[in-house]
Amino acid sequence: MSDHPLLAAADLDAVPCTAPEPLTPAAIAARVARDIEPGSFVNLGIGQPTLVADHLPPDAGIVLHTENGMLHMGPAATGGPEDPIDPDLTNAGKQPVTERPGASYFHQADSFAMMRGGHLDVCVLGAFQVSVAGDLANWHTGAPDAVPGVGGAMDLAVGARRLVVMMTLFAKDGSPKLVPSCTYPLTGVGCVQRVYTDAAILDVGPHLPGAVLVETFGITAAELAARLR
Amino acid sequence: MIRRRRSVAPMTARVCDDVDAALADVPDGATVLIGGFGKVGMPVALVDGLIRQGASDLVIVSNNAGNGDTGIAALLAAGRVRKVVCSYPRQTDSWVFDRLYRAGEVELELVPQGTLAERMRAAGAGIGAFYCPTGAGTPLAEGKEVRDFDGRPHVLELPLRGDVALIRAHRADRLGNLVYRKTARNFGPVMATAARTVVVEVGDVVEIGALDPETVVTPGIYVDRIVRVP
Repeated sequence: MSDHPLLAAADLDAVPCTAPEPLTPAAIAARVARDIEPGSFVNLGIGQPTLVADHLPPDAGIVLHTENGMLHMGPAATGGPEDPIDPDLTNAGKQPVTERPGASYFHQADSFAMMRGGHLDVCVLGAFQVSVAGDLANWHTGAPDAVPGVGGAMDLAVGARRLVVMMTLFAKDGSPKLVPSCTYPLTGVGCVQRVYTDAAILDVGPHLPGAVLVETFGITAAELAARLR
Repeated sequence: MIRRRRSVAPMTARVCDDVDAALADVPDGATVLIGGFGKVGMPVALVDGLIRQGASDLVIVSNNAGNGDTGIAALLAAGRVRKVVCSYPRQTDSWVFDRLYRAGEVELELVPQGTLAERMRAAGAGIGAFYCPTGAGTPLAEGKEVRDFDGRPHVLELPLRGDVALIRAHRADRLGNLVYRKTARNFGPVMATAARTVVVEVGDVVEIGALDPETVVTPGIYVDRIVRVP
């Protein structure tokens, strides 16, 4: 066992630092996209994960699922002559989108059966906190006057075959969003496999002895380990 | 002796003259399923009709809890809703719900989106209850029975029935067979199965036989009333 509160024992010198600066949201999205296998069925959560779509190779046959009932979702509709805005066609964030050839539509019970039934290969979600055991907190800050909203986050957390999170590694106050155990209300237990952040990629999960650093950006693994204490 | 089937015309949905006629008998205290994902597929004319109709103490089941100052938000603002059952009330323009919720003037039952759909599917399919992995280990499973299957915890969920469902479809025939359009389909087909009285606003009503049977998404057996709202 590691004596580090978050990280599994590892040779930190062997973890590559692959970028001179911390990654921008677009660069994190590109890095997430690079790890998605050709031909995958993918759901991108609302917010920053939607950026991943911009970095998927067009010839990789990756199919986007949107939980409001569509496969083969295309890019955002701009309202131009090629992609007019259709009020009956939006993504899960209620933004107007387009359809790709091969698209299909289905109702909500089917859309979520598809999810829970293990038919989606990858889901990318944002998070407030992720624990080293892969617990996810992304729906509620727990503040007493906050209006909670869960949408499809809990369904995606239990359903996707591979759930990865895209977030900044540190909150605005400097505290890590990778935590020994989540203090915000949980979305799912032990469901996250990998966390892509501006400072590093880490593997997490209930069967690991701690988070495992895969790659760092703009900081060495040893420096980052010290900041995560 | 074998009773002969009645020789009258097959059971048809009633094509109503207007929205008010379609909603005249919605009682106070009714549970009303309202289709739509945000504004997409929202039966706007029926919700406006429900506001005029005046039923109160309603339980509204819908994915969201109103946008802006119209539709479900206007129904909430008129003080006619006792409880909202939904997955995602919080939106940038959900100020009416936010205010009433913070003031304790409306009750909220928050349900994960897929569980919301599946509970209505169960109601419409005669399923007594089901175990679902969604939400296990989270605050939304508190107070519910949890049981392991295949080494994974599942939460016992109960069917969710409506007294009335208000949905929008793209086109209907006079039997109530429905066709939807793109992502506006969302909750329509599931809600159509889950309520005692199903009222549908449609862009167009066509004659029997004019819809390709292979393309019908909601068979007319589920539909009670149709109103044309172009």
